[in-house]
Amino acid sequence: MNYKLDFTPIVDGLPILLGGCLGTLGLALGGMVLAIVIGIGGVVLRNSRIRALRWAVVGFVELIRNTPFLVQIYFIFFALPLAGIRLDPTPTAIIALGINGGAYAIEIIRGGVQAIGKGQIEAGLALALHRMQVFRLIVLKPALRSIYPSLVSQFILLTLTTSVASAVSAYELTSVAQTIESNSFRSFEVYGTVTVFYFAMSWLLMRMFGLIHAHYLSYPLK
Amino acid sequence: MGLPQFLFLIEGLKWTLALVAIAFVGGTVAGLSVALARTSGIRVLERATAGYIALFQGTPLLMQLFVVYYGLALAGLRLDAWVAVAAGFTLHASAYLGEIWRGSIEAVPWGQIEAARALNLRYLVRMRHVVMPQALRISMPATIGFLVQLLKGTSLAAIVGFTELTRAGSIVSNQIFEPLTVFAIVGALYFALCWPLSIWGTRIERRLATATR
Repeated sequence: MNYKLDFTPIVDGLPILLGGCLGTLGLALGGMVLAIVIGIGGVVLRNSRIRALRWAVVGFVELIRNTPFLVQIYFIFFALPLAGIRLDPTPTAIIALGINGGAYAIEIIRGGVQAIGKGQIEAGLALALHRMQVFRLIVLKPALRSIYPSLVSQFILLTLTTSVASAVSAYELTSVAQTIESNSFRSFEVYGTVTVFYFAMSWLLMRMFGLIHAHYLSYPLK
Repeated sequence: MGLPQFLFLIEGLKWTLALVAIAFVGGTVAGLSVALARTSGIRVLERATAGYIALFQGTPLLMQLFVVYYGLALAGLRLDAWVAVAAGFTLHASAYLGEIWRGSIEAVPWGQIEAARALNLRYLVRMRHVVMPQALRISMPATIGFLVQLLKGTSLAAIVGFTELTRAGSIVSNQIFEPLTVFAIVGALYFALCWPLSIWGTRIERRLATATR
């Protein structure tokens, strides 16, 4: 083996690699917010009185959870322009991540909501709380508390999935790495380093979610 | 889209299935070793396998494929692209299956292990005949869930340049300029494979839940 590892392209490209990290975190954050919105909205629709709506949500969840993200992002990438929506690759990727994460979020949140006793809701209504108040205070918050761990691991997975968005050349770490690699041909060094960056980011997010849990969701409330 | 294009997709589907089969079989063998090492009670082994699992669960699958792909080439191994890709998926599967089975081994009631010890069963016999059969049952829903995950994950081989179902889809779509039709069909093919597995997994999970209630 007479190959010498050479990390100079990475050292030279460090500023743009760090920019790529920010791009990845931005994609992940956008995807998470959209996923939460779709997740909560989906659970509300899934419990609606209209049967067609309930079935639509079930169909959406099954469809997204049983097809690869790469196929989904390609489909959305080509479908949006046909629907008259012209977006850059990066917003497109956020939408795809949000839709994908949202389907998983619906299942996770639904599990948490189901675990809320019916008596609690009735008690809330008996105390003359508004329907929205019951939903927010009695259903959503305790449900969030119990599903927090699964939601966090889903979000970490979503963050790692952002690397697939390089397939539609969204601005994130993997596509930056591909640019550096194609200019320097130091494939192993580039992807090895970037893997370490991803590991650091997922560790960082894990710590952050831990802090959020300690501050806002720990029980009893501070 | 005509018949030749569809047959090309089916050809890609065969490679997807081959990748899944190799990764799952290889991942089962390696993952079992990881799970046993992780629960061995030997500190060095437990630490090392915990690190191995954390590494694979904390980095994107795509990066794992890239690093294994170029790493094997660096190590002087002249391998076919598909061997390198299969190796990447196998390592990935071993870490995830190892973690799933660690959980199920630990979920087997401690009394079972004590009873086996009291009967003077050696480690291998104890594992083979007492712990693993029960752990396997417990692990079934998660294992099937991971199989679905793996099936979907093989689509990333397309980015590395390996022609499986998704890349076959890209090629066809570039030929006939009907990306929506092509990717809808590709998605439907994945769905036809994954959905029955998902339903099977949920059914087993429900049955286990009622059995242990």
